[in-house]
Amino acid sequence: MTLLFTMDLLLVLEKFLLIGAVISFALVVAMYTTYAERKIAAWMQDRRGPNRAGPLGLLQPVADGVKLFFKEEIIPIASNRFLFVLGPALAMITAMLTSAVIPWGEYIEVLGRKVNLQIADVNIGILYVFGVVSMGVYGIMIGGWASNNKFSLLAAVRGASQIISYELAMGLSLISLLMMTGSLSLKTIVEQQMNGSWNIVYQPLGFLIFIICVFAECNRTPFDLPEAENELNFGYHQEYSSMKLGLYLFSEYVNMFISSAVMATLFFGGYDIPFVDESALAASWGPNLTALFCFMALFAKVLFFLFVFIWVRWTIPRFRYDQLMDLGWKKLIPLALANMIITAVVMLLIKN
Amino acid sequence: MEQKPMSFMESLYLPAIFKGMAITFKHMFRKKATINYPEEKRPFSPIFRGLHVLNRDEEGRENCTACGLCAVACPAEAITMEAAERTPNEEHLYREEKYAAKYEINMLRCIFCGLCEEACPKDAIYLSETFAPSSFTRKSFIYSKDELLIPHPVNEPEKFEAAKGAREARQKN
Repeated sequence: MTLLFTMDLLLVLEKFLLIGAVISFALVVAMYTTYAERKIAAWMQDRRGPNRAGPLGLLQPVADGVKLFFKEEIIPIASNRFLFVLGPALAMITAMLTSAVIPWGEYIEVLGRKVNLQIADVNIGILYVFGVVSMGVYGIMIGGWASNNKFSLLAAVRGASQIISYELAMGLSLISLLMMTGSLSLKTIVEQQMNGSWNIVYQPLGFLIFIICVFAECNRTPFDLPEAENELNFGYHQEYSSMKLGLYLFSEYVNMFISSAVMATLFFGGYDIPFVDESALAASWGPNLTALFCFMALFAKVLFFLFVFIWVRWTIPRFRYDQLMDLGWKKLIPLALANMIITAVVMLLIKN
Repeated sequence: MEQKPMSFMESLYLPAIFKGMAITFKHMFRKKATINYPEEKRPFSPIFRGLHVLNRDEEGRENCTACGLCAVACPAEAITMEAAERTPNEEHLYREEKYAAKYEINMLRCIFCGLCEEACPKDAIYLSETFAPSSFTRKSFIYSKDELLIPHPVNEPEKFEAAKGAREARQKN
């Protein structure tokens, strides 16, 4: 109790407000990503996409949400009730948790108080991201197992093994990045990129491996084997209905948003506005306006990655399971290792 | 089928993926094939056969004389009618001495072949450009004279023109 009182209560309030803002923002973006997904899919197939609900169909995600809320909630008798409910909750929670370490901007000044635009600037930021992302597999695994359905279980096992194998290559591809930055804190990484050039310039191969692994982690096409409709009916969420299904489907989009933000932060300068000196901007415009523009820059990068996610989904067919494993273990991991060694050698050469 | 092992470039996957992505990107700006249906409609073919209309002449008198040729011609046996004799004070309603007191078409039976239109000697029935009726009951698909008769050309000229459609104009061309 004494700890609570000695803590700056304003800081607690500030963090709560920030968490609320980030989570609601992530949810709204995820909501409209579903709309963008359908719209872009339609355009790529020479269709029009949803255009009936509201102007340009902009209320479509709201209508979808309302529909899911009013659907009948079914929990199969043969399922494990507790785990059955836990699955989607876990999927959603792990999807949201990663947003805690992403720096959304430098800082803003509210009533003379410096508010950092990052929920938690932990010095092991990337490790935290990895930890939470690998928890995401539990949402799939528990949901698939608790359904007591062969297809769900198969899909869950597929998903689990896929995520575990791609996590390796993902981690290895980031090690070379970390060797360069020398820090695990996402804020420090962004600040380094603001002063120098973006990490994508030094680590194009690392980025390529990372983005492929992110696609696999998010269960997006071409790696959407866990929810392969035509092979496994509907995948691990086959037995789910109503909002529990909604949470599963929604967590995929939240995951997409957060991993886009991670990619932008790690490789594309985070909230860095390209070709603009932010400190000079802050001196002339004040920190709040600068923070807003920095955030817009980050958001533009995130939107671009979201578009790439959708674009790839509607272009590439699904990998076969053995091809998926071949790609993960026999191609991406050796490539990531080679990238690591090359980075190390080049760094040593430059140093000497 | 012969399966060749993939060449190095093929096994990289990426060139093919980028090529595919370029194609899908180009498609985003193509002209859409979809028509926004209730607002926009595709033009009808000149021989389109939609729901039936019972015709009136210029003064608004019903053409039908209940001769029954349409019912005989109908291969689906969808048409039923009952004839009645015109009384002297009904001359503004019916063109000839005999008229259809009851005229029903079962739209669920009708196959929209247009044989009734061809059989009619009085130009009293023709198939319009209206289509896609929807309802919750079977009974409502049995159209009686209220639903079939074209609006009065003198009293409701706008509705009459709309019900007539572009058909006559097209047939003249």
